Amino acid sequence: MRYIWLIPLLPGIGAALNGLVGIRAFSKQAAGLVACATMTLALGLSVVAFWQLLGLPAEARFYDVNVAEWIPAIPLGMHDGLIGRFHVPWGFRLDPLSGMMLLVVTGVGTLIHVYSTAYMAEEPRGGVARFFCYLNLFCFFMLMLVLGNNFLVMFVGWEGVGLCSYLLIGYWYEKKSAADAGKKAFITNRIGDWGFILGVFLIYYTFGTLDFRAVQDAAALMPVETMQFGVLSAIALLLFIGATGKSAQIPLFVWLPDAMEGPTPVSALIHAATMVTAGVYMVGRNAVLFSHAPMVMEVVAIVGVLTALMAASIGLVQYDIKRVLAYSTVSQLGYMFTAMGVGAFSAGAFHLMTHAFFKALLFLGSGSVIHAMAGEQDMRRMGGLKKYLPVTFMTMMIGTLAIAGIPPLSGFFSKDEILYRAFEHNTLIWALAVVTAMMTAFYMFRLMSMTFLGGYRGPAWEAAGHGHGGDSGAAAAHPGSHDDHAGHAATGHGGHGPWHGPHESPTPMTFPLMALAVGAMVAGLVGIPAAVGGGNAIEHFLEPSFTASTAHQAAAEAAEPAAAQAEAAPEDNAEHASVNIERALMLFSVVIAVIGILLARKFYITSPEVSERLAEQWAGAHRTLSHKYYVDELYNATVVAGTMAGGRGLWGFDRHVVDGGVNGTGWLTLVSSWLSGLTDRYVVDGAVNLVGWTTEESSYWFRRLQTGLVQNYALLMVFGIFAFVGVYLILRSL
Amino acid sequence: MTHYLSLILFTPLAGALVLLFVNKQNENAIKWIANIVAFVGFAISVPLWFWLNPQSPDFQFVERAPWIPSIGAEYFLGIDGFAALLILLTTMMGSIAVLSSWSAITERVKEYYIFLLVLQTGMLGAFMALDFLLFFLFWEVMLVPMYFLIGIWGSSNRLYSAIKFFLYTLVGSVVMLLGILALYFHGHTVTGVYSFDVTQYQGMNLPFDLQWWIFLSFFLGFAIKVPMFPFHTWLPDAHTDAPTAGSVILAAVLLKMGTYGFLRFSLPILPEASRHFVPMIVTLSAIGIVYGALVALAQKDWKRLVAYSSVSHMALVMLGMFALNPVGITGSIIQQLNHGISTGALFLIVGIVYERRHTREISEYGGLSKVMPVYAAVFLVMTMSSIGLPTLNGFIGEILILQGVFVANKAWAVIAASGIVLGAAYMLYLYQRTMFGKVENPKNETLADLSGREFATFAPLIILAVWIGIYPKPFLDRISTSVNRVVARVSPQYATALAADCVTPLPVASAAGTPAAADPRLMARNNADSANSAAPFLSVLPCGPDGQPLEPQAGTLGAPPTSPTSPTPLTREPR
Repeated sequence: MRYIWLIPLLPGIGAALNGLVGIRAFSKQAAGLVACATMTLALGLSVVAFWQLLGLPAEARFYDVNVAEWIPAIPLGMHDGLIGRFHVPWGFRLDPLSGMMLLVVTGVGTLIHVYSTAYMAEEPRGGVARFFCYLNLFCFFMLMLVLGNNFLVMFVGWEGVGLCSYLLIGYWYEKKSAADAGKKAFITNRIGDWGFILGVFLIYYTFGTLDFRAVQDAAALMPVETMQFGVLSAIALLLFIGATGKSAQIPLFVWLPDAMEGPTPVSALIHAATMVTAGVYMVGRNAVLFSHAPMVMEVVAIVGVLTALMAASIGLVQYDIKRVLAYSTVSQLGYMFTAMGVGAFSAGAFHLMTHAFFKALLFLGSGSVIHAMAGEQDMRRMGGLKKYLPVTFMTMMIGTLAIAGIPPLSGFFSKDEILYRAFEHNTLIWALAVVTAMMTAFYMFRLMSMTFLGGYRGPAWEAAGHGHGGDSGAAAAHPGSHDDHAGHAATGHGGHGPWHGPHESPTPMTFPLMALAVGAMVAGLVGIPAAVGGGNAIEHFLEPSFTASTAHQAAAEAAEPAAAQAEAAPEDNAEHASVNIERALMLFSVVIAVIGILLARKFYITSPEVSERLAEQWAGAHRTLSHKYYVDELYNATVVAGTMAGGRGLWGFDRHVVDGGVNGTGWLTLVSSWLSGLTDRYVVDGAVNLVGWTTEESSYWFRRLQTGLVQNYALLMVFGIFAFVGVYLILRSL
Repeated sequence: MTHYLSLILFTPLAGALVLLFVNKQNENAIKWIANIVAFVGFAISVPLWFWLNPQSPDFQFVERAPWIPSIGAEYFLGIDGFAALLILLTTMMGSIAVLSSWSAITERVKEYYIFLLVLQTGMLGAFMALDFLLFFLFWEVMLVPMYFLIGIWGSSNRLYSAIKFFLYTLVGSVVMLLGILALYFHGHTVTGVYSFDVTQYQGMNLPFDLQWWIFLSFFLGFAIKVPMFPFHTWLPDAHTDAPTAGSVILAAVLLKMGTYGFLRFSLPILPEASRHFVPMIVTLSAIGIVYGALVALAQKDWKRLVAYSSVSHMALVMLGMFALNPVGITGSIIQQLNHGISTGALFLIVGIVYERRHTREISEYGGLSKVMPVYAAVFLVMTMSSIGLPTLNGFIGEILILQGVFVANKAWAVIAASGIVLGAAYMLYLYQRTMFGKVENPKNETLADLSGREFATFAPLIILAVWIGIYPKPFLDRISTSVNRVVARVSPQYATALAADCVTPLPVASAAGTPAAADPRLMARNNADSANSAAPFLSVLPCGPDGQPLEPQAGTLGAPPTSPTSPTPLTREPR
């Protein structure tokens, strides 16, 4: 466990190798190998570390490594006027929660890396290395997020996965929609980060530390803010804003469906299994903090369940196979937040884990389908693929049953736990969650039916459409050509040859599917609730991560509803009643799921015309759903357009008013200097010239006196003498 | 070693002198000499990093000699950690700027490099000077070469921009000179000595109304240079029209003069006035952050966009500084370095394609990732650095600033933090428009990727960006005493906390000196009458007594005749 810091570092090294050397020098295989090897090593280390963690007694499952100083202690005031130290180490922490996430990230991550080696095989050489560089970098940041022992290290991962998401969504950057989607994801996430980072500041300001454990311990000592919206509520709300961004909840969910522009393995890893669950993980990390802010918990639960419902309803009418899954992801994330909001942190984390398996499976399966259909994503042009892609079909079916909540697959246990806890908390939330569950079962079976069952719609359409490999398309429609595709699949895809119709994917793609299918089947077994005779091991295992570390642990555990605890006295009547309720709820939710499945079957298999008729009858509602409630349009019209207009407006203001002032001053200076110039020329210099002119002019007249004749001078002298004498006499006589 | 700073300071100038004697036609020789001089200038400054004692509270590498004894002006150089980092940034960016000009400048090559090197000396001098008059001299010296760089080697509207740059900053510096003179004469009435010694004023307690006026005069000088919100319009013009190297230097170093001035002069010399003016500066900074970002979003000119992002970032630097607490000021200093690195790099990046295509219109580009992959990767790293992605340098600065500001006032932090959203918006929008999409303009299809020389200009910046992002401790350690010195003046409540910090890392000092050796600089700043921060500093100084003998001479005849004359030639000369 001392080397847990190596776990994120390994994929980091892989990313560096592929990024610095690989893009120029590595072959496709080498790039894939480097990436997969580093991830496998990381997985191995994680398993060892997790094993060691399990070996410890339950209350000691906690391991900290501070690798280095990041920001050394700097004095900074706090809310109480005391001067604390702002200090952040590069610190990593292994505890049950991070241990579980660690396994999910490295496990699913490794499988998806393997899958990608085949999925991306048709990309150009440098492109493959670039892809694996980003993918490895993503794992580096994701593991950083998971293992960080303080808010800032988590934030490193938090922002870093955002970057990788941006890069991977925009992997096909020449496509405008891909580049747009990447940018949208990053900026929407940044809006959430704005809340997160302010929450972090407030945490330092309140607690004087950013260490998760220290914050939880300090928060546990503070009163629960039942009646007033205090500082803990403020922190929790700000953090939750961050979570809505990263985990695509209302109101910041809009980026996730667009993120499907990225390659499918990316959608599976980042936008289903790991990154988008970071918000849930973060809330779980701060369970004590959140449970001391009941009002915010309410908000979390409501936002969660509304997101779940809204996304599921949109998913009902989407035709793009990946978009259905994307909305499904948003919806399932909403489920997890509902769990967090009703205080069922373990259940939320449990669902996070099972969801990682079955949703990664579903995405990879859809990738396999898309791969088989040469890039086609519209389910209306699929159908009947079951016989061409048997492995994909089987594994996806397992995933579908799991997400629909059919026992004993993993989704059943985790989802049921959430539903039960929601029921205990608030019936309305529970009811909405149940409706969502039915929708989930419906849209997933709709997906499966449209893709794998029924008649084959693709090639005929292709052939009639733009004649893309028309002959082979027609041949593909013919059942007899099946062997041909099997042979093609076995040889793998060398390059962009003509499309030979749908075919099963090569082993590197089917193997992860099968592995994940096993995961989706058995992952739920660690959390079988006590009501049906299980031990709910996961809840006990995770519990220490959700409580303060010290003496409060006991109190907190006592405060937790003990129903799910296996050792809780079964004789107790109330306990017994709740066990009965739990069993009833389980049964009910299974029934609901089955109803959803049957409805989908009716609509899309037995009588497809019903769905069309319904769509026509409810045209308005259908259009609203198809347009995702017009949220994108609303945001574009208000926030985006507003900001851009603000920018343009201020730019005009800057040029004309602010700079106008400067230029005006310059102009004034010029005018005044021009005026001074005029004054100088005509007044000041004019005066000087006037003197000269006067002198010159007068000299013209005076020159006449200078005749040079002595007689004239003598005459003037005589006149002068007379004049003086005359003046003298006159003055005297006065 | 006693003339180490002078050596760093005058190496570029000496290079410029050498260039004077090289034949104008021999362009290759000129380029080589300029590059070698600039690189040597950087190389000889590197030991600063190692020789600087980060724990010492005093100015280091001090050089002191009489300059104009009759008015008490001295040749007085000395640096602390903050200045040392800015000096290293200057020498490094200087040599990068020279290297980046290799093929970009084809006319009047000799004059160009001479101006660049002279500019370098001017900037270094301003960071080293501890004498107000000397500082002012270097401050003004910087303007002239930059004026010519923009005016001669700039693009379309260069004359307008050059004159605007020159006059605008000159207005500020003239007003600043008035402030300096007010200090100078006040210093005389208090101590009886005419002196421009900065350290003396840093320990002096000035009456509040005097502080008020001097702060405003300094504010105008520095705020124009930063540039703060309403005084910023010279910057986009100057940046847009300057040659690449000019923009790089302007962004990376010249703008730091303003923030350096605030931190070196305004805050420690005028602590009460600084506190008094916090609302004004914070308001302007908060406006600047959002305003600069929004205006950047609307730009169609690549360079102008980066210029407005500069306005936004520098406003963040100012905001952090005026949080007046250690974390905010530390962040502010780190962010100054970051801004130098990332914005400098962004201007280099524009320069690369400008040299190939001779246009800055964003719409002329698009899809460059395809044809210039290495270039796109470098641009990506610098974009991320600029928008503060963790593990890169920008994040450290932003997080420290915002945390510091948050503690000072939550509302400011809320506004400032919105800058991180807008920052991502305008940078990613730019990146998408230039790098992503298909290559639609046929002129872009054959663009060459970075050459080895061009990559060499980016390599050190990328290394620094990652280094500061992952392990900023060496940088933070080096500036901590500079920060503490300022904080002890403007926020005395931190003095005790700082004292607690200082006792541990300074065992040598407390053992060697008096028992109170760790405290006096803090105690001194608290009561701060005669025992100012300069007092212990002067006592350690070998040439410290030199200040004393000047008194009688300066007091009798020197000051009265010179003081009225000194501002006049300086204000008249440039016209």
